[in-house]
Amino acid sequence: MTLPAIRISGVTKRYGTLQALGGVDLEIEQGEFFGLLGPNGAGKTTLISALAGLVRPDDGTLEVMGHDVVSDYRNARRRLGVVPQELVFDPFFSVREMLRIQSGYFGIRGNDDWIDEILASLDLTAKAHQNMRALSGGMKRRVLVAQALVHRPPVIVLDEPTAGVDVELRQGLWQFIRKLNRDGHTIVLTTHYLEEAETLCGRIAMLKGGRVVALDSTANLLQRFATHTLSVRVARPEIAASLGGVNGEAGWMEFAFEGYLEVETLLTRLREAGAGLIEMRLGEPDLERVFVEVMHSA
Amino acid sequence: MPEVSQHAGRPVDLPPVGREVPLAGFRTLLYKEVLRFWKVAFQTVAAPVLNAVLFLLIFAHVLDRHVTGYGEVDYTAFLVPGLAMMSLLQNAFANSSSSLIQSKITGNIVFVLLPPLSYREFYSAYVIASVLRGLFVGVGVLLVSIPFVHLPLAHPLWVLAFGVLGGAFLGSLGVIAGIQADKFDQLAAFQNFLIMPLTMLSGVFYSIHSLPPLWQDVSHANPFFYMIDGFRYGFFGQSDVSPWLSLAVVGFCFVALAVLTLAMLARGYKLRA
Repeated sequence: MTLPAIRISGVTKRYGTLQALGGVDLEIEQGEFFGLLGPNGAGKTTLISALAGLVRPDDGTLEVMGHDVVSDYRNARRRLGVVPQELVFDPFFSVREMLRIQSGYFGIRGNDDWIDEILASLDLTAKAHQNMRALSGGMKRRVLVAQALVHRPPVIVLDEPTAGVDVELRQGLWQFIRKLNRDGHTIVLTTHYLEEAETLCGRIAMLKGGRVVALDSTANLLQRFATHTLSVRVARPEIAASLGGVNGEAGWMEFAFEGYLEVETLLTRLREAGAGLIEMRLGEPDLERVFVEVMHSA
Repeated sequence: MPEVSQHAGRPVDLPPVGREVPLAGFRTLLYKEVLRFWKVAFQTVAAPVLNAVLFLLIFAHVLDRHVTGYGEVDYTAFLVPGLAMMSLLQNAFANSSSSLIQSKITGNIVFVLLPPLSYREFYSAYVIASVLRGLFVGVGVLLVSIPFVHLPLAHPLWVLAFGVLGGAFLGSLGVIAGIQADKFDQLAAFQNFLIMPLTMLSGVFYSIHSLPPLWQDVSHANPFFYMIDGFRYGFFGQSDVSPWLSLAVVGFCFVALAVLTLAMLARGYKLRA
């Protein structure tokens, strides 16, 4: 039995009258690609900040690779790399200076080989001697990722790393992060792009109002919460509506079903009622639907 | 479609990078803080030296025959250590306070909050960098004044002691102001309504013996007066009050402020919510 990469037990945090975290319990295994999802204000960033030591919880404990983030903060922080949500940078330094300085903060000297490797992986080698001010937003985002990796932490937390990032950079970033995960790094991701979370994360926790309202593997969440949909375009939509269809986009009617055997029955009922089928398509369950259902039911 | 992680539960064995060096975190933060002001040395060192020289030229010219320092000591010579110390103190304060407020406002303060730096390392690095900037400016003022005045150096160790202790006091005050202020405006208020009057009214331009008794008493309540007076003693071997008293007052003020600042940092006041 290996230690969990992250263990969060009964963590609460209140800002005045706002209960940001209302007793969060969570364990993330080593090597997982884990998604932390939730609407704005759900407590994702507060939870990550508490893990990183930027916020002090009112109650509860947080551990990184078995090290308490408060009482054993040095060991906990050495094992954690955080990519912050905001595009922050220090305008006084070049990219390489920044990475060397960041290594030094973590007590490490002489890791230029690793810095070179990170720079190459993030396509930053040509920018290594440029001042941070001269970089584009996308490049600055890459440097933030590089900074989180300079001490080669086993656990990496990415707080909405692709917010406002163009498609090409996003894809490159995910390729790199997936490689880190394959190499054994535990990845914790928060994002509003649910498609990304669905594609990348093996397990997902959903937060609402500072509480975990769903926690399962991505596959189980898709199975448990989301239904398939049969979308039809028919000559007489009122008949489809009378059979339980709901209005979808641009004149399409949608029927929810759980197993593919139900499709035949639905089509038979439409034909017998004289709805006049023109077009049809099947919709797979996706995380967006799961998310909406979980948030409504929580 | 990319594959989903299959690593759950697998032990992670990542080789370390580089080599771990004792106190590397503190030394790096100190290096970064020094580099930060050194990269803009025209603004952070040269400009304050120029300001002090302008003060020297104007005040020495206007007041030379009207204001007395210490007995036989030429007024211009009397003025120079005061100006050097005033610049040292103001720049020590400016260094830590401006670094922290800039980092807070731009958000890059997370770069020093995420690593495993202790609050003592954090404090020491900011304060020592402030002392160094103060000393650079102070020494700069003394050097550029050489052509204008003959300045004795009776007790160099007293000069060093008050320079370092005064810089550390103002560096600590800068850490408090940088943490407390949420915007540049608040920091400017701190600088203009507290630091500036206390330094200007500390005997930089005159000996407090030339003041009426009431203002002499008021001056004795100003810790900056003891910093200037003790610093000046190192040059002339004479002062308004005993240098030991000045050392005790400045030392006590520094320790009290350091304890307060460390307590703020240990609690994470305004830095770690």
